[in-house]
Amino acid sequence: MVKKFITGNFYDEEVLFPAVKKARRAGYKIHEVFTPFPIHGLDKVMGLRDTSLHTAGFIYGITGTATAVGFITWALTVDWAINFGGKPFFSLPAWIPITFELTVLFAAVGMVLTFCYLCQLAPFVKKDHFNPRSTDDTFVMALETTDKTNEQEVIAFLNSIGAKEVSVEYRETGWWLGRYDKDRKVFHKEETATTH
Amino acid sequence: MSSSIREQFVIPKRYNMIAITLMVIGIISIAVLYFMYGASKDHHESARFWASLLQNSVYFLLVVNAAMFFMCATTLAWGGWTLVFRRVPEAISAVVPVMGVICLAILLAVTFSDNHTIYHWTDTEHVKHDPVLLHKSGFLSKGFFTTVTILTIGLWSLLGWKMRKLSRSLDENPLPNIEEAKKYIWKNTVWAALYLIVFALTVMSSIPWLWLMSIDAHWYSTMYSWYTFASTFVAGVALISLFVVFLKNNDYLELTNDEHLHDLGKFMFAFSVFWTYLWYSQFMLIWYANIPEETVYFKPRAEGAYSGIFWMMFIINFIAPLLILMRRGSKRNYTTVTFMALLIIFGHWLDFYQMVFPAISPDHPPMIYYDFGVALGFVGLIMFVTGRALAKAPLLAKHHPFIKESVIHHT
Repeated sequence: MVKKFITGNFYDEEVLFPAVKKARRAGYKIHEVFTPFPIHGLDKVMGLRDTSLHTAGFIYGITGTATAVGFITWALTVDWAINFGGKPFFSLPAWIPITFELTVLFAAVGMVLTFCYLCQLAPFVKKDHFNPRSTDDTFVMALETTDKTNEQEVIAFLNSIGAKEVSVEYRETGWWLGRYDKDRKVFHKEETATTH
Repeated sequence: MSSSIREQFVIPKRYNMIAITLMVIGIISIAVLYFMYGASKDHHESARFWASLLQNSVYFLLVVNAAMFFMCATTLAWGGWTLVFRRVPEAISAVVPVMGVICLAILLAVTFSDNHTIYHWTDTEHVKHDPVLLHKSGFLSKGFFTTVTILTIGLWSLLGWKMRKLSRSLDENPLPNIEEAKKYIWKNTVWAALYLIVFALTVMSSIPWLWLMSIDAHWYSTMYSWYTFASTFVAGVALISLFVVFLKNNDYLELTNDEHLHDLGKFMFAFSVFWTYLWYSQFMLIWYANIPEETVYFKPRAEGAYSGIFWMMFIINFIAPLLILMRRGSKRNYTTVTFMALLIIFGHWLDFYQMVFPAISPDHPPMIYYDFGVALGFVGLIMFVTGRALAKAPLLAKHHPFIKESVIHHT
């Protein structure tokens, strides 16, 4: 879905931190903050909850363990029991390495795929981060808007908390399949308003 | 740093009372064990007394020495995050000389006694007719054993003293400039590296072979020392965490917060898994090859009279930390960390118990309650000496160049 955002571009993370706090206190909903490098503590200031990726990883791992033990047990005791050097058919110690590997494999692959899903990353899916400079040297805070939002008021607010550039942007928020150069509708270039 | 920080630890009266009570319990247990077994003419009976002393003194010596390892490994890696509670491992490492002397006395008494039940290889007459032990007699001989043991305990104590001295030298004389700070870090790095070399040659290789593995003199495993190291290191980190939580609960260590405790919890979690990895690697190869001269070690432990202790230890040392310490919240919770630290120290004590006793009493485990008493005595000693060492110096190494990194540390 295409939505309207108002973005502020900050040149310094020491300005960004109090700005994020002020924006939240003023009641604005921060869509996302884009930074060229990971900033310690920003997630806490933004009030993001802890990721549940670990829980997902644990479940995938357990699934891997169960799959390995279950399959090997079935294969080596029921389906095709073979006598390996007089060992019992059910030889758990010998299966631990495979079980371990499968646990790691399931957890790793599962977590990577889950991570990609949560971040909306996949081949042919386009990502946009409002301002290319947020991959280089500036910090972009994107505020969400509704129909009732007073644009000028938000722009003034962003200017007052230290944003060097403020602009109104239209962006696809969900899975965006398309091409950057062909997708005029998403960018709404003609409507972009810029101060400074 | 602001002056409001309580830098000077004052030993609470109750703390000393508990430490002394525990030591008294230990002495009573040792006395009871002595009159029940130690004084006996029967060699197997008296060996049971000495085995208890050997197990406890070696275990607790290696645990307090692990605090030293923790300190030196983080120093060598220039890891700054430990500095806010750096005085805790330092204080624990001050127990090494005291415990070392006790352990040395016990080891020498066992080696040079007429009773060869614990160390068969000390029986020179027997070794002459035993090709396996004869082959090992260069390594397993009284001379080599004594030399290496004295040298090892001496070097641990000496290098520990040096590391503590280096750390405390800054308390009165702050470093004047960045050049001096660089020199100071370099000096620390060199001494820490020296200690780690000694550590690698002792705890990680020769010492567990000599002190513990030689009880089963015919059997050997190259994994053994690594596995013992992992055992004592995880218990050492648990001990550090216990003291950190204790000091936090008494309003000390203001700058140590959940982030530091979280990382200590991670160490406990990670090294519990590492211990299991080594324990299992040793077990699985022997189980799979199924050669009698190797399986002889696991027969009484995994299947025989000690199987209860053996598998209980496995659950305590692996399953419990894995499941309980996995969550982020539990590593930041004082109660969980304290509980897990106590459980881990107890679990690895059981591990050492099943390393020592099956060779001496293979058919049935001896009454374990006396050994608990002896263990409590050693715990009291650790508490007593560590408490005094903590009170000796400020709790914050405030002039260390890395202190800021530690204060703002978060995971």
